[in-house]
Amino acid sequence: MRIARIKPEAVNPDKRTDVDLSLIDSVIERYKGKKGNLIPLLQGAQTTYGYIPKEVFDKIALETGLKKNDLYGVATFYAQFRLSPVGKVVVRVCHGTACHVQNATVITEDLQNFLNVKDGETTEDRLFTLESVACLGCCSLAPCMMIGEETFGKLNGKKAVDIVKSIKRKESLDNKPNQAKPELWKA
Amino acid sequence: MESIKITVGLGSCGIAAGAGKVFDEIVRIKEADNLKFDLAKTSCIGMCFREPLVEIKDETGSYLYGDVDVKKIDEIIEKHIVNFSPIKEYIVKSDQFDTPYKEYFDAQVKITLRNCGNIDPEHITEYENRQGYKAIRKITSEKTPPEDVIKSVLDSGIRGRGGAGFSTGMKWNFARNSKSDEKYVVCNADEGDPGAFMDRSVLEGDPHSVLEGMIICAYAIGATHGYIYCRAEYPLAVKRLNLAINQAREKKYLGNNLFGIEGFNFDIIVKEGAGAFVCGEETALMASIEGQRGMPRKRPPFPAVKGLWKKPTNINNVETYANIPWIILNGPAAYSQYGKEKNRGTKVFALTGKIKNGGLVEVPMGITIRDIIYKLGGGIINDKKFKAVQLGGPSGGCIPEYLADTSIDYESVTATGAIMGSGGMVVMDETTCMVDVARFFLDFTQKESCGKCTFCRIGTKRMLEILTRITQGEGKEEDIPALEELAQQIKDATLCGLGNSAPNPVLTTLKYFRNEYEAHIRDKKCPSLYCKKLLTYEVIPDKCTGCVVCKRGCPVGAIDGDKKIVHFIHQELCTKCGDCYSKCKFDAIKIS
Repeated sequence: MRIARIKPEAVNPDKRTDVDLSLIDSVIERYKGKKGNLIPLLQGAQTTYGYIPKEVFDKIALETGLKKNDLYGVATFYAQFRLSPVGKVVVRVCHGTACHVQNATVITEDLQNFLNVKDGETTEDRLFTLESVACLGCCSLAPCMMIGEETFGKLNGKKAVDIVKSIKRKESLDNKPNQAKPELWKA
Repeated sequence: MESIKITVGLGSCGIAAGAGKVFDEIVRIKEADNLKFDLAKTSCIGMCFREPLVEIKDETGSYLYGDVDVKKIDEIIEKHIVNFSPIKEYIVKSDQFDTPYKEYFDAQVKITLRNCGNIDPEHITEYENRQGYKAIRKITSEKTPPEDVIKSVLDSGIRGRGGAGFSTGMKWNFARNSKSDEKYVVCNADEGDPGAFMDRSVLEGDPHSVLEGMIICAYAIGATHGYIYCRAEYPLAVKRLNLAINQAREKKYLGNNLFGIEGFNFDIIVKEGAGAFVCGEETALMASIEGQRGMPRKRPPFPAVKGLWKKPTNINNVETYANIPWIILNGPAAYSQYGKEKNRGTKVFALTGKIKNGGLVEVPMGITIRDIIYKLGGGIINDKKFKAVQLGGPSGGCIPEYLADTSIDYESVTATGAIMGSGGMVVMDETTCMVDVARFFLDFTQKESCGKCTFCRIGTKRMLEILTRITQGEGKEEDIPALEELAQQIKDATLCGLGNSAPNPVLTTLKYFRNEYEAHIRDKKCPSLYCKKLLTYEVIPDKCTGCVVCKRGCPVGAIDGDKKIVHFIHQELCTKCGDCYSKCKFDAIKIS
């Protein structure tokens, strides 16, 4: 069922107080008073913070007049919204039909073992979050996973772990910003 | 050399396969060697199984290269562009000679996908150069009465391509006849079925055809506002749609007093979904656009009477709208020449699973499943035995091999217990366990149930529990009748399509693969050797070299043996993790 029961402490496990509330001002400004604005407001908040902090719910409710009840109702209904921060790298393993019949389960299992987290959890160093998603729409490359915006296809458990390993190595070696080649095809 | 054009397919699939890197490499070579040719981008060409794809057009003809990577592109440019000699073995399609894929292309009729892979979707002029926006210009300049537009759509025989297959012309007629000061045109682009990606390809490859279809609909029913509800999981589609809408506004295809008609006002907004499968259901989709939880509501009133913001609304799927400009321009008869009886035109399918040529195919309605799988799909991977095909995603069902001559039309597919659905076609071979497939879909619908109807919310959960138990070897005799009873109750007592159709995967597998259920329950065996808990791992003495690798790896110490002595697995200790099987280098572990 799509209703996630929120435990009080899960709403804000970090007890973070360093949320910069001014970052959300432009989003609120843009959607305030418009009909059908609730989902875009939450999507804006999530894009800004990576998740929706409790304080931001309060602020949106206060400034737009939307009910906090409705905000939480919507935020817990849709799979996209997160109520707690995620790791720096989100690993999304596809579990669509095509991937499932090509053994996507093994990929998730191997990644769980390697990262020592369960599905949906974040590693202790806050580097990786492991997620299962319904379908990435790259069925002809099944089984596949998405890391950041990059999709990796034709995987098996070992290949998937190797990819995550190499990212982990890169992250631990240099915390310098990635000097990747410019991607011309995106222009 | 001036007239050479290189086009790279940059759809989501292509990018995932590395097309972006190939494109960058072409730019690099072009600059480094000072070569003169045009370089262009296009979207999905449909042959996902040979991505990345690069097309070279020169004075002699067109050549489509498949499986191109950074290394290959160097070779291709060197030989083809510099030395004028195409590399035949890499070419998958050409107008100069036949390739092994001749049948794959010849069996297809491209109407929906007429522009996909042929134009750069980010430039409106490319769409216009292929008769884009001509259909709406035609009806507005000839002042065609809206009723006649609807009649054309009706006569073409097109039915909703989202899955249910309701007549599009009739739907438009209902919306036209509803009196209101405001009406809406909604495009359902919330393609949530796992294993389906037709809509994504159209949105990424030819967004303007969808916009034009919606504009024609607005003209026909008298609407002023349009929404495209698109999955957030399709970032490229959202980006290209927004780009297309802005370009259309600049060209005055969207806005006020369009095409010189006073009072013809229409604009389109893209709404991003937030990840809920149930929002593909039309009433839930509208609730989501309104900013609420995406929960379906009772019909009637139908959206054509009381839809978005309680106003008359016409809602169609991406593929349906993309067909409309073609129908208006070429006439309903040109469309209805394809297909048979009540099923006219073409349908796009996403072929995936254990199939050689996975990708998108557009075929005339009425083709058989066997033709799609063998003529277009090239057969099963590794030439294994074809077992079943899953149609219609979580709402659909599995059609077994012996019914492969079923014709693809709404009525025949429904008669098998599956549904036509949006066009996902997942092919399964002898290694796919049908009980597990049913469990997989129930897991999906159970998670995606919105929770409004008790039978859907709790019933699917109970069914999932039973199925999980069966796949783990704890099935009981009474499980099968219990599943059948629950399935019927869920079908009868739920409000929307999600609940009504959720039991279909279980019912069809029970109907066609009952023996597999019985093998799981009575013999505690999985005939497809998929369900881990039901497998036995044994050492084949003749093959075992006594290397100790499996013994060392076994997490529960269930393997006995020493160096150069044949090993033995103690069944009472084995937890069936499969570690020994994957680690053995001599294929000395047997699964049964």
